[in-house]
Amino acid sequence: MSLLSVRNLCKNYGALEVTRNVSLDVAPGELHAIIGPNGAGKTTLIGQLSGQNAPDSGSVSLEGRDITRRSMAERVRLGLARSFQITSILPRFSVLENVAIAVQARSGSSYRFFAPVAQEAALNDAAMAALADAGLEDRAGLRASALSHGEHRRLELAIALATQPKVLLLDEPLAGTGGEEAEAFVQRLRALKGRYATVLIEHDMEAVFALADRISVLVYGEIIASGSPEVIRNDPKVRAAYLGDEEAA
Amino acid sequence: MSAFVQSATRRPVLMSARIWLALLIFAGFAALPLIAALTDDPFLMLIGTRILAYAIAAMALDLILGYGAMVSFGHAAYLGFGAYAVAILNSYGVTDLLVHILFAVLLSAVFAAITGAISLRTRGVYFIMITLAFGQMAYFFFVSLSAYGGDDGTPLQSRSTLFGRDALESDLVMFYVALALLIALFAVATRIVGSRFGRVLIGTRENPVRMEAIGLSPFRYQLTAFVISGCMTSVAGVILANQAEFVSPAFMSWHRSGELIVMVVLGGIGNLTGAIGGAVVALLLEDWLAMLTEHWRLLFGVFLILMVLYSPHGITGALERLKGARK
Ligand SMILES: Nc1ncnc2c1ncn2[C@@H]1O[C@H](COP(=O)(O)OP(=O)(O)O)[C@@H](O)[C@H]1O
Ligand SMILES: [Mg+2]
Repeated sequence: MSLLSVRNLCKNYGALEVTRNVSLDVAPGELHAIIGPNGAGKTTLIGQLSGQNAPDSGSVSLEGRDITRRSMAERVRLGLARSFQITSILPRFSVLENVAIAVQARSGSSYRFFAPVAQEAALNDAAMAALADAGLEDRAGLRASALSHGEHRRLELAIALATQPKVLLLDEPLAGTGGEEAEAFVQRLRALKGRYATVLIEHDMEAVFALADRISVLVYGEIIASGSPEVIRNDPKVRAAYLGDEEAA
Repeated sequence: MSAFVQSATRRPVLMSARIWLALLIFAGFAALPLIAALTDDPFLMLIGTRILAYAIAAMALDLILGYGAMVSFGHAAYLGFGAYAVAILNSYGVTDLLVHILFAVLLSAVFAAITGAISLRTRGVYFIMITLAFGQMAYFFFVSLSAYGGDDGTPLQSRSTLFGRDALESDLVMFYVALALLIALFAVATRIVGSRFGRVLIGTRENPVRMEAIGLSPFRYQLTAFVISGCMTSVAGVILANQAEFVSPAFMSWHRSGELIVMVVLGGIGNLTGAIGGAVVALLLEDWLAMLTEHWRLLFGVFLILMVLYSPHGITGALERLKGARK
């Protein structure tokens, strides 16, 4: 059974059909990559899955439960977490606090007014574990704004992990990183593979083909092909519309 | 792991510097009666009590303005609820201070919950304007309350009583009761800021979308903070009514709301000690400038502009910078 299931999602921005009849499924532990040229509507699709944007029609379900009308916060509480293409953190909080507040959101009430939260060992320990998964444990004490761009990308991941998701939605986690840093990040994602069902949007084709169990190709808001990496690599439509350009370049 | 330990100690150092400064201010207040006795100035206790009341109000406002990025321009309404709670209950023969405070808090909680729920549907300048509008509504309600003197207000028959005694009739006792309330509320506010709730409040100030993306809906937490702040402010109103032995809608005019914001900004927003310091400096400066010239508002304005230009984090920000420079 699929954990996340998207049926006939449509969305227009004025005359622009940004999402055209998109359907896709993600099985437990599966990593489903979505590739496509800039402006294809990938981020908008993630927005509709995470609840940040509302679709015009179609449905999104998590574990068979229709969540199309649920808010972003409700979806996170049900186990659907996302990372942002453009880093979105709490810049004046420490790295640890950025993650600990995500742990806090999933464990117990935030209507506690007196106990010092900084001393809650359970929160800090879980946050350190998520930071370790993202390779940031030695940055825990820094102000989040002091991190490098690549570290910010990893902090995004750590925060998403700390919400204990069933499904991870990652919007270009490698954006703006390159070389060894990107390679190391791919290794981390590989290590996490299987623990979460994941929808991964990524431009780095090497990363996508190394990580994905299944790839869908989005062009002008429409999925033009979907299948195993092998199938996608050899699909003539895909080569023409997308991979062709990449390889020619 | 070492970096984590480092941070765990680094932050509290700054925290405790602020708390030390607060303790210093409290000690200064505690010594004020001594100065009053030495200089034989009976008005000093009354002035001191008034400053303490505004310190409470500024601190309460900072809780939402500084920590929650909610700029309420209608907070004087809660001063009014506190003051009128005293006048109304007194007129029914209920004189106990704790009952007065309870009633003030209750009124404020209801008003804050309703107006906050509506105001929080807006952001930025709109939030400022709508809280101002609600503040004015409360103001005109009391203006029209002829049973309590309407526009002119009404004198209190007597001050609140403390456990059945009229101890507050002594300016000295009233001053120390106000000081005790300030210290207690400072302790409460400090704990709130460092709690789970406080972390969510501050996180929402920093990045509301991020809060939703970790599963927290900011609205409930912001509204709760708004209510807490209103309730705390009303305690200041209870003190002010007793200090002046008089209540009138003037307590709740929008000028007053503006003055509270000035105190918070002057002290350095998002800093409880700063808000207290801001109240002290603003009121003393006002009194002093008013003695110098009738155009004191102009001078005060110039001072404010210089402050904002040269020390955006207010007085406490300037102090912390000085301390940093010395190291
Ligand atoms: N809020 C919006 N209003 C109007 N058009 C938008 C909005 N958000 C995105 N778009 C447009 O939708 C298209 C898809 O954008 P996006 O989902 O960010 O693409 P991708 O992530 O695949 O690069 C782009 O042409 C973009 O300009
Ligand atoms: Mg995008």
